[in-house]
Amino acid sequence: MSATRTRRRRRIPAALLAPAVIGLAFLILPLAGLVVRAPWTELPARLAEPEMLAALRLSLVTATAATALSLLFGVPIAWLLARGDFPGRSVLRALVTVPLVLPPVVGGVALLLVFGRSGIIGAPLYERFDLTIPFTTTAVVLAMTFVSMPFLVVSVEGALRGADTRFEEAAATLGAGRWTVFTHVTLPMVAPGVLAGAVLCWARALGEFGATITFAGNFPGTTQTMPLAVYLALQSDLEAAIVLSLILLAVSVIVLASLRDRWTAAP
Amino acid sequence: MDGRTVNAERQPQTGAAGLDAHLVVERDTGGRGRDESGFRLELRLRVAPGETVALLGPNGAGKTTALRALAGLEALSDGHIVLNGEVLDRPGPRRGRKRTARSRSPIDASPSDHPGTGVRRPSPDGSEQRGDRWVPPEHRGIGVVFQDYLLFPHLNAIDNVAFGPRRRGLGRTEARAHAADWLDRVGLDGFGKRRPGQLSGGQAQRVALARALATDPALLLLDEPLAALDARTRLDTRAELHRHLTGHPGAAVLVTHDPVDALMLADRLVVIEDGRAVQEGDAESVTARPRTDYIARLVGLNLYRGKASGRTVRLASGTVLTTAEPLGGAEADGEAFAAFAPSAVALYREEPDGSPRNTWRASVAGVHRHGDSVRVQLDGPLRAAADVTPAAAAQLGLEPGQTVWAAVKATEITAYPA
Repeated sequence: MSATRTRRRRRIPAALLAPAVIGLAFLILPLAGLVVRAPWTELPARLAEPEMLAALRLSLVTATAATALSLLFGVPIAWLLARGDFPGRSVLRALVTVPLVLPPVVGGVALLLVFGRSGIIGAPLYERFDLTIPFTTTAVVLAMTFVSMPFLVVSVEGALRGADTRFEEAAATLGAGRWTVFTHVTLPMVAPGVLAGAVLCWARALGEFGATITFAGNFPGTTQTMPLAVYLALQSDLEAAIVLSLILLAVSVIVLASLRDRWTAAP
Repeated sequence: MDGRTVNAERQPQTGAAGLDAHLVVERDTGGRGRDESGFRLELRLRVAPGETVALLGPNGAGKTTALRALAGLEALSDGHIVLNGEVLDRPGPRRGRKRTARSRSPIDASPSDHPGTGVRRPSPDGSEQRGDRWVPPEHRGIGVVFQDYLLFPHLNAIDNVAFGPRRRGLGRTEARAHAADWLDRVGLDGFGKRRPGQLSGGQAQRVALARALATDPALLLLDEPLAALDARTRLDTRAELHRHLTGHPGAAVLVTHDPVDALMLADRLVVIEDGRAVQEGDAESVTARPRTDYIARLVGLNLYRGKASGRTVRLASGTVLTTAEPLGGAEADGEAFAAFAPSAVALYREEPDGSPRNTWRASVAGVHRHGDSVRVQLDGPLRAAADVTPAAAAQLGLEPGQTVWAAVKATEITAYPA
């Protein structure tokens, strides 16, 4: 039975198979190389180094803060895009998703112009409150939020569109106002989408490089996140760069595994 | 727990308790539109407290639209909804016909109509003022049992039922106790911890009923409450539902396309076709004297329309049916219906002689089993369904294409003014 099935199965054309294999090798081998080259024996000692720990800690704190900000502002944006009925909604959606494709460096430059000491927002902040945002940890969080929030918005908007609004109607007939409907029915029902969006957003924030180095600089302890540390270490200490890269790779794999069903399952 | 702590001001419009509605919903095609020319529902509906009215009609007739308008999930284009003296929806002149099918709440409605909470303060002489009024669904005090129940999947049965009481100001513990009480009343004691996914169809239906009733609604709306159930569960659940509807002190409106549900559950039937009421009355009058093909088919009668004169009804095809009694209302010569049951039709191979005054030649269009008898579809001058016994069918050797003589006694035909 299975023999006949195998025989009947169409053979994969070589013209497709060859490039596919080469492409797969190209995607997988570098990562494998990273794992092979890793200084496994000294890994614990390496990880305990203060600069390493500082970068690690800063990355975790800022990425988490950026995710929190994205949730705070991104979920309402997603709701507006999914449920709102106003002119220019599609334009707004396009604008929100621009950072997805925008080179992060450009984002960094834009942020610098707005929040810099002579920027539209930066100038009054500096003059009135003596606050400087660029090249601070706050700038790191803002840069991360700028590039990663669209991931959350897109994910949550998709979840909201997929949710059955009749449940919201049912809640309304039971006496729930709009806000209660949102907190007690809509949000719990799209929770998986929100969670997936948050995880994706967090992973993107963790890997943020271009906007961060442009807008926040590269100061150990305050703005030097892991990707920045990797870049710096490459020039002096290859082993350290590998260790940091390994951590980022591990995080990516974990994130992907946690989103397995949503992102990698075959349709 | 009267509980309708509502910011909607009471505006005693009429002294009448219960529901007084004149529903007009117009919309262009698109969304749920039925045909190219758009859709218009116009329906007058009065339901007394404690009464259950069934809206019966084919799919697309506008039953669900009527229900959604009552619940506040869709706005009226014109007309009014008054429940226990409170105006729930009454479009002002400005609301006009531009309201779309999608409007379901103040946020979608034009902002000028609904400042703030969506409820405009009535003027002291509310009855004179034709101001726009719209009470959002959450302030209407109307309970809805949705067709597929729409139990919140993230809440267990007890929290589903407690959802309404919670919104109406009860504390968590009180609301749960109230919900547990209601689950008990629908016979689901001990099922409180189950999620909707762990309930059978019949159980989910009863949770949905408990959820709707737990807020003590002044008006209970049921949208095809039994449609999703299999035949057996349906029987039990229908009896159960009937008990609760009888016990419900408020008004109830039931939407169904199943005549059995309508007949068994409702005190009064309103038959809707193409957005308007075509017949209204208690079960007996509607089933005995159907006024449309739809309802005649539902109750299993052959129905014809023609011109009455004395004891005869002349159909458009030229066929004349003779009845035993003159048309109800004696003098009435004019448009009339004539109806008879399929079981009243007798079939013969040869032209019969004797008493039946109504005999005609017909060709057999179809033969199939129908309960204990055999249902024969007849074509010819008078298209009709005839029920004969299997023995008779065998004796006649009925098969499609065959020509037979059909006869109906005059006493079996009822005629009534159209």
